[in-house]
Amino acid sequence: MRIQTSDLSKTYEKKYIALENLTLDLSLNGIFSIIGRNGAGKTTFVRIMSTELMPTSGSGFINEMDVVSQAIEVRQQIAVVPQEARPLPWLTPLQTVSSYLMWRGYSYREANEKGKEALRELGLEGKESVKSRKLSGGQKRKLMVATVISSEAPIVFLDEPTTGLDYLSRKELWQLLSKMKKDRLIILTTHYLEEAEILGDQIMILDSGKLVDIGKIDDLRSKVKLPYVLKVYSDNFKIEDNELQVHPVSEKETFVYGSATKIYGLVPYLVTNKMKFTVEEASLSNIFEQYLGGEEGENEKEDW
Amino acid sequence: MKRKIGSQVLASVLVNSVYAMINYPVVLINTLLAPLAILAVVTFASKGALLPVAAVGALIMNMVSSGTSLQQDLSHLKNDMRLQDMIVSSPTTSLVYIVGMAISEIVYSIPTLAFLVVLNLIFVKITLLGGLIIFLDMATIFTFSISLGFFLSTFTSDIIQSWGFSGILSPLLTTIPPVYYPITYIPYPYRYLAYLSPTTYASEIAQSQTGFFNPGVVGFSIAWIVLLAITGALTYLALKRSRWREN
Repeated sequence: MRIQTSDLSKTYEKKYIALENLTLDLSLNGIFSIIGRNGAGKTTFVRIMSTELMPTSGSGFINEMDVVSQAIEVRQQIAVVPQEARPLPWLTPLQTVSSYLMWRGYSYREANEKGKEALRELGLEGKESVKSRKLSGGQKRKLMVATVISSEAPIVFLDEPTTGLDYLSRKELWQLLSKMKKDRLIILTTHYLEEAEILGDQIMILDSGKLVDIGKIDDLRSKVKLPYVLKVYSDNFKIEDNELQVHPVSEKETFVYGSATKIYGLVPYLVTNKMKFTVEEASLSNIFEQYLGGEEGENEKEDW
Repeated sequence: MKRKIGSQVLASVLVNSVYAMINYPVVLINTLLAPLAILAVVTFASKGALLPVAAVGALIMNMVSSGTSLQQDLSHLKNDMRLQDMIVSSPTTSLVYIVGMAISEIVYSIPTLAFLVVLNLIFVKITLLGGLIIFLDMATIFTFSISLGFFLSTFTSDIIQSWGFSGILSPLLTTIPPVYYPITYIPYPYRYLAYLSPTTYASEIAQSQTGFFNPGVVGFSIAWIVLLAITGALTYLALKRSRWREN
């Protein structure tokens, strides 16, 4: 699957820049995670590429089809769960999935058969005839994912599908997405960096409508100054070094970020002083903070 | 994959009316009550004299209500449930979606329509040609209201705004204009104001067939021309100017 954009820009009400000259050309499969602060342009990108929203300028292509002039063709290949989408409370899960499939052009019988299959695959068997309003938050999200996954669309956009879910429900959904990604490209926006890291075969970081970087987690890690984390569990640990970033987490726990050379250079000292420690590669959260500077949420904007 | 347009239309009908009626039968009473309430008031107040006019008027109100309901339904599905965004990004076109939704509003009011048709057959004496004219009249006013409903729904940003539109349209199009009573009951110069509403022309056409109002050939023709022109313009606007894909 190929996603291309050329100087793709979107300005709302002639003053709010949501996307600015985004240019990329990617051959993708599996899960493509998009991360960024609120207002980074994640949803705007998804809405333009899924033919819901017109760009202000520039162009976007899905499998070499223009999302503006060839929207009808693009729509044959995509399915979308928008941010905040939820099942209609008066429908049952089976009615929800099958009606969406009918909107995609399946016959009533085909839609029902595929709907039952999708609900079974997503662990919602036995809930086919319950009104959707009676489902838990996690089940509702699963249902929305089932709705698009049940279609033949090879490209699926999921805009923050796990927002508001508890950790276990999110993990369940991650398992499902990992299973579903084999046959398609899933474009996933999320605020949970752990989710983007676990699921994303490729990760795109956006900030203030601009592309910060794209790559596999290892590629992104290799580009930051502090790709390793030393976690020290001792109340006697103290260090000062301009090339290291030291974050005391508690009286007995300190995190130190630095290069491999610097971090592994501290190991003899820790061993000699019998301090407990671990060395890990920087997580996506660490990488994200290093790319964007400051804490997540700083300079928060209206969400586009 | 071969797409079936019939399935796409049926999906809208199922979601917006059939499943709602099956899962919540109480909604049927809601659709029945509004036209019957005014019909009852007009009939009792006129000691039965205006029952035939009101019975035809109730049909017109039912058609107009389809449009205002459509406006609310579409707005709810678009803004609150984000369903329309999913449909926009699917192979369904705006025309197929709206046709399905329009049919769903008719399906929703089948019980009301059935009751009103029986009432009209009993109390309104019309010829076969008159019946056909009233049917075409109803079809035109239905197209008008559906186009208006769709057009407005694409501009509403939330359900409260949508209720606001419905609250304005309902009295302006059905309660105040001479839908449930003959236009001759309105004294001049107020009668001119009544002609600002397209439903006045639809009522004149219907009432001319029931013998309650005689607009003459010229008046009858003008009523049709104005009604068709307004409906055509609004349908064009709904198809061309409404925002299916957002800017």
